[in-house]
Amino acid sequence: MMEEFKPVRSIFEIPRKERLAPGHRACAGCGPMIAIRQILLVSPEEPIVVNATGCVEVATSVYPQTAWIVPWAHVAFENSAAVASGVEAAMKSLKRRGGIDKERPVIVFAGDGGTFDIGLQALSGALERGHKMLYVCYDNEAYMNTGIQRSSATPYGAWTTTSPFGKVWPGKRERKKDIISIVASHGVPYTATASIYHWKDLMTKVRKALSYDGPTFLHVYAPCNRGWRFDPSLTVEVARRAVETRFFPLYEVEEGKYRITVPVPKPRPLEDFLSIQGRFRHLLRPEYREALETLKKMVDDRWTWLERMATATSKS
Amino acid sequence: MKDPKLKPQLRFQINPGGWFEGGSSVEYTTNDWRLERPVINLDKCVGCLYCWIYCPEPAIIPLDREGRGPTKVEVDYDHCKGCGICAQVCPTKAIEMVREEVKV
Repeated sequence: MMEEFKPVRSIFEIPRKERLAPGHRACAGCGPMIAIRQILLVSPEEPIVVNATGCVEVATSVYPQTAWIVPWAHVAFENSAAVASGVEAAMKSLKRRGGIDKERPVIVFAGDGGTFDIGLQALSGALERGHKMLYVCYDNEAYMNTGIQRSSATPYGAWTTTSPFGKVWPGKRERKKDIISIVASHGVPYTATASIYHWKDLMTKVRKALSYDGPTFLHVYAPCNRGWRFDPSLTVEVARRAVETRFFPLYEVEEGKYRITVPVPKPRPLEDFLSIQGRFRHLLRPEYREALETLKKMVDDRWTWLERMATATSKS
Repeated sequence: MKDPKLKPQLRFQINPGGWFEGGSSVEYTTNDWRLERPVINLDKCVGCLYCWIYCPEPAIIPLDREGRGPTKVEVDYDHCKGCGICAQVCPTKAIEMVREEVKV
């Protein structure tokens, strides 16, 4: 079941009503904040926001002030999806008994730690029960709030304080968890990846996700200049290069059908993306050439797999 | 909260029950975080709003409402943290980052 939705065609149509106030304490050039602003701007109705612990929660709700102009609930790292389920169920019950006329959209904002690692079982439960909500994971690829510790979203070869590089380690030695496949295998109607540079793509995906009557998931790539070690002004440029080098493919899984929404026919060399970030800069040294080749192969393999999935599922 | 060392905006009044209004963080100014201030050259500005869509604050304010086509913008210098994303994404390079000077 899917309602009509309006794709975002022009920047001038986007409502200018801000749902996030300035004066929050996020770092200058914060990627997750850009993602959250863009998502809240295009939500057709005022949403109810459930926010897992993380950078965004800490920065926006310093007592006695709050940056949210929408109903907002802060919950622990692990149960944001469970609380959102409760909010949705309560609204459904109120509507049935005549308390409210219309249900509002429920949006969850959780970081990669609150989604990939700690909140995974609550997310899985909520997806299985089929609550109508949009779960947004803003992915800054480590636990930035507590001081750049690795998470299962950290890519191979990245430096963090708990995956340093040296004679033995090339940075993180494990690959990034494929959360979209995990979510899609629950049989949910819509999951997608998005990036803050491609705002039109991101906003259309938000509208599309909110039009479904069921759980939807959005994985938003949100660079963190403190943790990834680059200049604050380059946040958007890093997000752009991640897509243009095929490091972070933008695609959607709609009713089991894979579709690449931003095709990259001629990728830029991966070094363009790695060289502007301090966390990857060691990979460009000759002694880490093997690790760089491994990372390149991972990126290529992932794109090939994605193209194969897109062609295989589009025919049916 | 009468500590004279605190910024005036941190000497707050706590409401009974501890409630506070949505969007009240506008009372907190972050202009002293800034090393460089964005200065918009309105002659070069074409009103594409890229700076507005990429501002993490939001500290870029469009001067016209939606649905009316390109519009020029102004900067909210009380809340701009000076990250420089707006200058970086501007297609006509109409935004220049100027070093902040402190009067002693």
